[in-house]
Amino acid sequence: MPVRVRTALVFLATWLLAACSGRQSALDPQGLQSDQIRHTLFIFLIIAAIVWIAVMVVLGIGMLRRKRASNQPLDLDRRFEEGSGRLILGLGIATVIIVLGLSFVSYAGQRTVFAKDENALTLKIIGHQWWWEVHYEADSPHQSFVTANEIRIPTGQPVKVELESADVIHSFWVPSLTGKMDLITGQKNELQFTAKNAGIYRGQCAEFCGLQHAHMAFAVIALPPDEFGRWRDHENQSANSPADPLGKQGEDLFRGRGCALCHNIRGTLAGGQLGPDLTHVGNRTTVAAGTLPLSPATLGAWIADPQHIKPGNLMPRMPLQSDELIAIIHYLEQLK
Amino acid sequence: MSMAADDRELRDESLDGLQLSAQLERIWRTPSGLLGALMSVDHKVVGRRYIVTAFAFLLLGGILAMLMRVQLAGPEKTFLSPDKYNQIFTMHGSTMMFLFAVPVMEAFAVYLVPLMVGTRNIAFPRLNAFSFWMFLFGGCFLWISFLLNVGPDVGWFAYVPLSSLQFTPTKRADVWAQMITFTEVAALAVAVEIVVTVFKLRAPGMTLDRIPLFVWAMLVTAFLVMFAMPSIMVASTSLILDRLVNTRFYDSSSGGHPLLWQHLFWFFGHPEVYIIFIPGTGMVSMILATFARRPVIGYPVIILSLIAIGFLSFGLWVHHMFVTGLPQLGAGLFTASSMLIAVPSGLQIFCWLATLWDGRPVYRTPLLFVLGFIAIFVIGGLSGVMVASVPIDTQVHDTYFVVAHFHYVLIGGAVFPLLGAVYYWFPKITGRMLSESVGRWNFWLAFIGFNVAFFPMHILGLIGMPRRVYTYTAEMGWERLNLLSSVGAFIFALSFALLLANVIYSLRKGARAGDNPWNASTLEWATSSPPPPHNFDRIPVVKHRDPLWADSESLPVVAGLSAERREVLLTSLAEAEPQVREASPEPSIWPLLTAIATTVFFIGSIFTPWAVLWGTPPMAITLIGWFWPTGSREDEA
Repeated sequence: MPVRVRTALVFLATWLLAACSGRQSALDPQGLQSDQIRHTLFIFLIIAAIVWIAVMVVLGIGMLRRKRASNQPLDLDRRFEEGSGRLILGLGIATVIIVLGLSFVSYAGQRTVFAKDENALTLKIIGHQWWWEVHYEADSPHQSFVTANEIRIPTGQPVKVELESADVIHSFWVPSLTGKMDLITGQKNELQFTAKNAGIYRGQCAEFCGLQHAHMAFAVIALPPDEFGRWRDHENQSANSPADPLGKQGEDLFRGRGCALCHNIRGTLAGGQLGPDLTHVGNRTTVAAGTLPLSPATLGAWIADPQHIKPGNLMPRMPLQSDELIAIIHYLEQLK
Repeated sequence: MSMAADDRELRDESLDGLQLSAQLERIWRTPSGLLGALMSVDHKVVGRRYIVTAFAFLLLGGILAMLMRVQLAGPEKTFLSPDKYNQIFTMHGSTMMFLFAVPVMEAFAVYLVPLMVGTRNIAFPRLNAFSFWMFLFGGCFLWISFLLNVGPDVGWFAYVPLSSLQFTPTKRADVWAQMITFTEVAALAVAVEIVVTVFKLRAPGMTLDRIPLFVWAMLVTAFLVMFAMPSIMVASTSLILDRLVNTRFYDSSSGGHPLLWQHLFWFFGHPEVYIIFIPGTGMVSMILATFARRPVIGYPVIILSLIAIGFLSFGLWVHHMFVTGLPQLGAGLFTASSMLIAVPSGLQIFCWLATLWDGRPVYRTPLLFVLGFIAIFVIGGLSGVMVASVPIDTQVHDTYFVVAHFHYVLIGGAVFPLLGAVYYWFPKITGRMLSESVGRWNFWLAFIGFNVAFFPMHILGLIGMPRRVYTYTAEMGWERLNLLSSVGAFIFALSFALLLANVIYSLRKGARAGDNPWNASTLEWATSSPPPPHNFDRIPVVKHRDPLWADSESLPVVAGLSAERREVLLTSLAEAEPQVREASPEPSIWPLLTAIATTVFFIGSIFTPWAVLWGTPPMAITLIGWFWPTGSREDEA
């Protein structure tokens, strides 16, 4: 291959595959389970590649080789007919062996991926059109709390997520950590995974769930265990009371303008249960279920017109003056 | 046989060649005029309409695909609103599966099977006409609904509870569910006709081991249709009942279960793939034999493979449900059963490779499409082995990897053979050849365009892109592969534009084909192109699996059929020994009227349950008209 062509191909490949080690990729495993799955995948991939190349080589030789002697279609060579019959049978048996072998490889991988650990940290995740309700459950009620669209977990420790749905079927998928599992109406599923490394791993709903299926993402943030413990203790507390007048105004507006009808902020009068819990919303990384990175600007844009960013979602547009909007943003921001 | 009773009747043996041709043409032709056209029960006329209609739906479905590729070509495009996008991907899937892929294969069978088995018309020709009208009306119903902005938007799989009344309060899900009823009625009717045609109407001497492979493939397909389609009709009818009269089949709060839907849907949905793919393999076997200039190696192996695929296809639906939380061991067993289907599929590929190996291949366009089929389909089959693995599937399920996989299987496994079939049988159907040079361009654009469009999707799925998302952000890193895929899709679309141009041009200006332009071996090439209304002046007698190669001078024929009325020869199931002369129905307007009455009933019943009440009398009346005894010889026979 001429050097120039090769350079061009390499360039094309790097240009196209720039993102293979992204934050949401089955090829960039950061968990025990995703590691195992990639391992299984590569075994299958190699065998598939060998089979395909073999078929193409046989096809190519078959096309190029010397033609058979007779041009009469029914004047066949008996030896070839019988020999090819035996060969086809042999290849059929070889296929059976390959397929059974791969079934065992697959089942071995499956056992590892779905192995259960009784001591796993347990979370309950409830899918909603188009956001994720996350329950951290502990033995004592005052250690249990609810958050949304962002899951923090400790590294190196098995995590069990119990999956339920409040409406239609969704699917919980964080490819960097493990494969997906559906959240099915009227059924409880569960999934276990262990993050190997600290980091932010993006996940996304993988079962079509209606108009805004595309904007139903979330983040899994894996933290070192001690840091996770601190976060958990903090998250378990009630919301901060705003210290400044602007924040207080925001809190009043949050209650007065209908926000509190749907959203819960623990420790305040806002106790709605329809939308995501916002008790510590200021600590989160995204708004609108992973749609935008969280900042005062994006928060403002979202509240000012939710239907523009995520058309059809269930959050209505509330008529707000710009100073009122600023007060609400300020209030939410300091809910850390 | 009641030979003695009607010995004054004019028989074919008492006429010479030209007289017989003219006489048979007179009694078998479709009446002239618009009314005549609507009354036609000729399998070739109905088959042609079926093929053209299915390709029209392919064009529409393809346009939708292009709209989606524009929307996804870059991140956060606003070309389509989420609502439109969801309707479009639902319509694309539903159109391609229910209005193109299954019907087009059955359409080719309706046209070709009676010719290939050497008879004068398909079994139950009026049912055949009815089937076409139902298909046409069902397809139009879906598309008119879409244009009126009540197109379904719940996916071609319409999972509950998303498609339940609570989450889809508009009529969109009903439109989808009732379109299913239309197309399934049409498909079931054709399946029955194919089975009876193959079992009872074969030319004398066409024993089971002399049946052309395409006919075998369609026979297996017909049985799959009969066993798979009732499942989806039960599912979609239950859905309509849930939505219309508050039954609770799928409502988990009242003892139903959403997974019931998925089991019923995929018990149909997986065989559906083989309903599309098996006819494709039949086409491949026919084309390959002709252009490799020798019979396909392993005729019995291929037939047994087809039957094995048919059986296995009912035992692997659960692999569509690996992430619904089923018991692990059970899921693992479905991994093995899903992979096992690679064995009969592989055996067929080996037979074709051996055929090519020993053949003297003539590289005309149909063969090019078959070679393209092998290259693409093997990739699809191997990625199928990958998705059959539970752990791998948990990653790639509902991602673009699966989108890539099933387009490799369905386009590679069915559309490429189908395009080869269009080039191969166009001369028979129209009497003119398609342009070979345009055909080569058509093939290469299709092959390159297809791979550029769909190969990148494998990678997209692995790097996290889920299916059925109307947009994505730039930071996901999916932008370039999506752009590449969109470019490929447009190249692929261009190849279909070339095909259309080739067809339109060749219909007028194409070279005359003659009876057997490819020097092929099966009976459809033993008659003129296009065939006369009665297919064959005299029914051939088959003494060899490749009759036209074995008896290249002239075929032996059987005599004694009536030359005064429509008559076909029934033969025994295994040995195809002549049994009885059977009347074949005259043209009739009643199938069309019955289809109209049924359409009114079906559409009415998504709006009010009372339609079941007032919708049935018109159907009953039209059916009575259909079966009303006319006192003709036809009824007595």
